[in-house]
Amino acid sequence: MSDQCSCCSGCGAMPPELKRKFDELDRYIAELHPDDNPDRSRGFLIQILHRAQGLFGYLPEDVQKFVASRLKLSPAEVYGVISFYSYFTDKPVGRYKINVCTGTACFVKGASKVLDEFKRRLNIREGETTEDGKFFLGALRCVGACSLAPVVMVNDKVYGNMTAEKVADILKECAE
Amino acid sequence: MKIESPAQLKKTAEEFRSRPTPPVKLLVSMGTCGIAAGTASVLKAVREEVTRRRLENALEVVEVGCMGLCYAEPTLMMVDQTTGRRLIYGDVTPQQVPSILSAGITEPAPGTRTIERNWYYPEFESAGPGELQARIVLRNTGRLNPESIDEYIMNDGYAALAKVLTTMKGQDVIDVISASGLRGRGGGGFPTGRKWQFAAQQPAGEKFIICNADEGDPGAFMDRAVLEGDPHAVLEAMTIGGYAIGAQTGVIYIRAEYPLAVKRLENAIAQAREYGFLGRNIMGSGFDFNIEIKFGAGAFVCGEETALIHSIEGKRGEPTVKPPFPAVEGLWKRPSVVNNVETYACIAAIIRKGAEWFRTLGTEGSPGTKVFALAGKVSKVGLAEVPMGMTLRQIIYDIGDGIKFGKQFKAVQTGGPSGGCITAKNLDLPIDYESLKAIGSMMGSGGMIVMDEDDCMVNIAKFFLEFTLDESCGKCTPCRIGNRRMYEMLEEITDGRGTLETIEKLKTLSATIKDTALCGLGQTAPNPVLSTLKNFEDEYLAHVKESRCPAGSCSKLIRYVISDKCVGCGLCLHRCPVNCITGERKMRHQIDAAKCIKCGVCYQTCKFHAVEKI
Repeated sequence: MSDQCSCCSGCGAMPPELKRKFDELDRYIAELHPDDNPDRSRGFLIQILHRAQGLFGYLPEDVQKFVASRLKLSPAEVYGVISFYSYFTDKPVGRYKINVCTGTACFVKGASKVLDEFKRRLNIREGETTEDGKFFLGALRCVGACSLAPVVMVNDKVYGNMTAEKVADILKECAE
Repeated sequence: MKIESPAQLKKTAEEFRSRPTPPVKLLVSMGTCGIAAGTASVLKAVREEVTRRRLENALEVVEVGCMGLCYAEPTLMMVDQTTGRRLIYGDVTPQQVPSILSAGITEPAPGTRTIERNWYYPEFESAGPGELQARIVLRNTGRLNPESIDEYIMNDGYAALAKVLTTMKGQDVIDVISASGLRGRGGGGFPTGRKWQFAAQQPAGEKFIICNADEGDPGAFMDRAVLEGDPHAVLEAMTIGGYAIGAQTGVIYIRAEYPLAVKRLENAIAQAREYGFLGRNIMGSGFDFNIEIKFGAGAFVCGEETALIHSIEGKRGEPTVKPPFPAVEGLWKRPSVVNNVETYACIAAIIRKGAEWFRTLGTEGSPGTKVFALAGKVSKVGLAEVPMGMTLRQIIYDIGDGIKFGKQFKAVQTGGPSGGCITAKNLDLPIDYESLKAIGSMMGSGGMIVMDEDDCMVNIAKFFLEFTLDESCGKCTPCRIGNRRMYEMLEEITDGRGTLETIEKLKTLSATIKDTALCGLGQTAPNPVLSTLKNFEDEYLAHVKESRCPAGSCSKLIRYVISDKCVGCGLCLHRCPVNCITGERKMRHQIDAAKCIKCGVCYQTCKFHAVEKI
């Protein structure tokens, strides 16, 4: 990335850690050669956003604008895609991403009770992060581990055969 | 190594087969659910034990995909390479590993759980007694190492592609697929051959072969199993499809929730390129084909083919009206064929064995097999591949071993949020695309969620509508607003605020949405409501007329009380998350109804059945 990026005015004052992430994203985009076939370059958008969210943890406005400028799209088009797909978020999420599976198999085995217990203990609603930035609570549809229903995912780890009582154990495990 | 010709492929396969191998193979199930259940620690114990006892030459340890025995994970399968005898262990712990390895292949190790195999491989063996399952789609899944192209080649891998490239024209391939009667396994059941024919008839030029691996139907996980367990089968089939319709590019659209499947696909694509099964001039035929992977980002509607194509193009995954069909105007406005993973997984077997062979399985209108994902309240949760035309009773009772805890079967939901429920009176119906449609459900991708007496059907219908609401893209009004109103009406009913009029309104609105929504997601959204209304109207009526939930599931309509069976053990008092139970030790306890959140923990924990739902 050039020192003066085209998307926002904050580059000069960018902390090194953030600069490193933008550089890495820039390299990733360059390797895709989006300018080789400009009519189809937006086909790379979703994979670039996946990469960006992996780097930054979420997709803040600066990142959206940066991606938009590299693919020659309007920021509104990029935001339109982000808001459409549930995987993308433009808000920072907690360190521990707790996702309760609410697929059908988990539902009939009592996933809603598990979700309610997380809500009660963390005192947040679905899609929110606790004030200390530690826990994010969400719901997802089927991780395909239906034999272990109900299932909870904390970051990438799957906990099977969940009950409302096991909720406290998981929160405790994260606290350690 | 590069395979330059079909003859070289044949020679290489023979070479691989004649390589000396240890007499016994130990398959370790390393699919997503196996890993979540703890297979990794079992694998570690196996590797340590093999090293410690120097069994490297006696035992080959292979990491495979899902064997379909999800209820018994972690699973191990021991196979005698010469006799073909199989011994399957379930619920394996790392502690059991030494005795399993000591016991060998003839007798099961003491203190372990073994599982009777009930499937066969129709390509090379016929059904034995009690073998209900026939494996075509899952022929390699859970049997071969998905990360080894050599194993795939040894087992007739890429032989179908070689046959196509040397002895068939594109039209011949389409004719075979058409004659086989293969229908789209993603749910719609559209004849695959006809779809390919449409795309082939378009003027020559750039075309695309797309694999729909956006398995979004909750409770269906067969596509994940195939991608994790047999990725080369999908690549081979897509290449054959490309040759048939004249496409040179394949795109696999896969959901981001399947990281292991992505990893195995990427690995398989790299191997196929190295061996020359993808790339330029495949096996010296002059045919070029490449495959790339594109990722979803969590949108159920992207399983619909026009929405999927938009998503690949980097747009919001909103569906558009058909026609134009993708076969005419698809990805980047070029002719494209979109098929699902399971459909592709049938192709190579059909090419090798012929259309007639495929038609020997299944029914006249729906030949072949279908993989079902059994989940919910069934005893043996897992994947079952059966010939079409098998009855639900055979699948749920003979393969799935009936309902958990001896409870009463109530219904099974097929077709996911677009489908409907099937009741006990249709348990003996042979299932195929048409028969399911006739009773108000649909095949869908093959998820089967079994429900028992504790499940409230109104609540189930509400669950599916909530799903649709979440996933509605918002483009058309009937789906965006109509389904929201339907959901609110169902909520009124489950909260005890509904009336007979609410039910009438539900029926009217369902009909309107079915007629007017833009795409399949919206048009089919009322199905779970209509089907539960038809089959379980008495449950709806009990909610609105008597403010009673017969299944005891709608929390607003139930109350927990402690009867005189209570011995005052204090277990419920300790477990209650909101401390609303009081009582002296050895005295009957009470529940404070005002504080109770109706979580049901006391009901589940009481050993004396003293907590009652009223």
